Amino acid sequence: MAKKSKISAKNVQVYYADNHAIKDVNVEIEDNTVTAFIGPSGCGKSTFLRCINRMNDTIDICRVQGQILIDGEDIYDPAVDQVQLRAKVGMVFQKPNPFPKSIYDNVAYGPRIHGLARNKAELDEIVEKALRRGAIWEEVKDRLQAPGTGLSGGQQQRLCIARAIATEPEVLLMDEPCSALDPIATAQVEELIDELRQNYSVVIVTHSMQQAARVSQRTAFFHLGHLVEFGDTDKIFTTPEDPRTESYITGRIG
Amino acid sequence: MTQTSLLRQDKRTAKRNRAEARFKAYGLIAIGVGLLMLVILLTTIISRGTGAFQQTYLSVDVTFEDSRLDKTGNRDIAEISRVSTFGYKPLLVDAFAQLVESGAVQSDLAPKDMADILSKGAEAQMRDAVLADLTLIGQTVRFDFLASGRVDGYLKGRVTRDSIVNDKNISAEQLDLVDELRDAGVLEKKFNIAFITGSDSSDARPEAAGFGVSMVGSLTMMLVVLILALPIGVAASIYLEEFAPKNWITDIIEVNISNLAAVPSIVFGILGLAVFINYMHLPNSAPLVGGLVLTLMTLPTIIISTRASLKSVPPSIRDAALGVGASKMQSVFHHVLPLAAPGILTGTIIGLAQALGETAPLLLIGMVGFIASNGPDSIDAALLSPNSAMPAQIYEWAKRADPAFYERAWGGIIILLVFLITMNFIAVMLRRRFERRW
Repeated sequence: MAKKSKISAKNVQVYYADNHAIKDVNVEIEDNTVTAFIGPSGCGKSTFLRCINRMNDTIDICRVQGQILIDGEDIYDPAVDQVQLRAKVGMVFQKPNPFPKSIYDNVAYGPRIHGLARNKAELDEIVEKALRRGAIWEEVKDRLQAPGTGLSGGQQQRLCIARAIATEPEVLLMDEPCSALDPIATAQVEELIDELRQNYSVVIVTHSMQQAARVSQRTAFFHLGHLVEFGDTDKIFTTPEDPRTESYITGRIG
Repeated sequence: MTQTSLLRQDKRTAKRNRAEARFKAYGLIAIGVGLLMLVILLTTIISRGTGAFQQTYLSVDVTFEDSRLDKTGNRDIAEISRVSTFGYKPLLVDAFAQLVESGAVQSDLAPKDMADILSKGAEAQMRDAVLADLTLIGQTVRFDFLASGRVDGYLKGRVTRDSIVNDKNISAEQLDLVDELRDAGVLEKKFNIAFITGSDSSDARPEAAGFGVSMVGSLTMMLVVLILALPIGVAASIYLEEFAPKNWITDIIEVNISNLAAVPSIVFGILGLAVFINYMHLPNSAPLVGGLVLTLMTLPTIIISTRASLKSVPPSIRDAALGVGASKMQSVFHHVLPLAAPGILTGTIIGLAQALGETAPLLLIGMVGFIASNGPDSIDAALLSPNSAMPAQIYEWAKRADPAFYERAWGGIIILLVFLITMNFIAVMLRRRFERRW
């Protein structure tokens, strides 16, 4: 089954001041697919993820070279507005970071600033839909005005996912979304990621190889800033081509 | 190797524990010394200052005779206002003579000398009453006059019969009269609201001096500081913290803001003198100038505390906002600033409290001195007409010769401290109330 390419990175280089963090990465990320980035700490997988919605722009010393195309458009083109880009490419962070506001306001914030709802009823609808797709609606529907920070860690993370999808992005970036969660919450989030694949292109950075194997269809292995190997998840975990990939997944490096 | 028991401390452990106990003792001693000093400070201030809130008053019946005030009898205000305060003095003398005649008190003093136990403002008090209400003429009215500073001091124990031997302002006979009047119940100490609301007075009338006008001066300056320093400080901090690129220029700015915070306040005073008064020709001694100088002084404090509270907002909140597609400005104004607001307010209040207690810069722009005028009647006047400020008024009183002013300086300190403690209390409450956890 050939899916169309959603994101295509060409010769991407990233520098933090003099430190060459990402070296010549080329990757094609497909639509309606979960793509996992794995690799040891400091290998550049999170850095590369943050290039896709230009979150690296907030870091003064960070420079990005090369091209990243989403639907054929270069997101580093000077004409591109980062804010529009980020509305199209949502992001979920490592640590659940709900705003210290109510659950409702957390989800409604994105639609509000992007003017997605014309009135209160529409906004209510968007919030409910996002919370349902975030698989948290049943738990919070009776306390939408309670503070988002009062939820448990796993609920907070699902709230953050709901917040990210409320703006109707096309790509969802997830930076180790389960690293702060217990196994049960992790299972819930993983299940959610699998469902999200219906509508989005999901890119997930993870330290857990089991997780990568469970949720992703495609896996990219990063090492020391290089994209070492990229292919179907099954193939990467069973018959890796590169000896470094094999060493990593069998626990010899990392 | 010998067997060691956990039930017995070995030498090293015992030594370590002793060192720890010693260190704790030092800490307790340090706190004890600090608290002792605070107690001494507060008891001194309160014991010396509370006297200023009480003042000796004498109730006297004064008859406003036509023959003294309105010889023609046609109640013409222009004519009556021509009678100066000197013209009212005989009324007072008559009143005292009446007091002796009625047998309420006995004294060998001439009635004229008796009247000298009152404040020199008594005549003006009568004249103001008459000019405000001409129907008083011909009537007998009971007045509460302030006793003179010496008499007040006598009732408060500051002035004694020994201390007045060489004092031309009061005699032992007059003190005898005071004793009699007190026994008769017409002379007594009462709470003195005029000290809190009134204006300063000349050297000769310490009993009439009040703190109110200088309070208005201080509050006007605080208003100027708040209106200028808060928006400028917050805007500068937000730009520096959230938007400015980190390079050598911003480094220099940052270092210089810290330097400015450490500049002695008198330097800001002389800067204000040079720039606002000599160059811009703003009026001398005006609270507007004082407020501008204090703004300069308070800005670094506000900038530093605002930046600190912006820094304390976790970056994950900014990421979250940017991640859903908020612009930089939206992330700052919708998320970061509300979270930093309690810290900003706390810093601002503490900066204001600092400015409120500042005296040195005011010396240089002429806000110290005798300001006898009544309180300003409009906001323009409050900003532009000469005024003093609370700490400057305290300084002014403390350096005058009459010990009656010294008591008022302590009283002023009490009022100033009440303001400062209230402001700090509000700051602490704000911090408690809005403290958030992430």
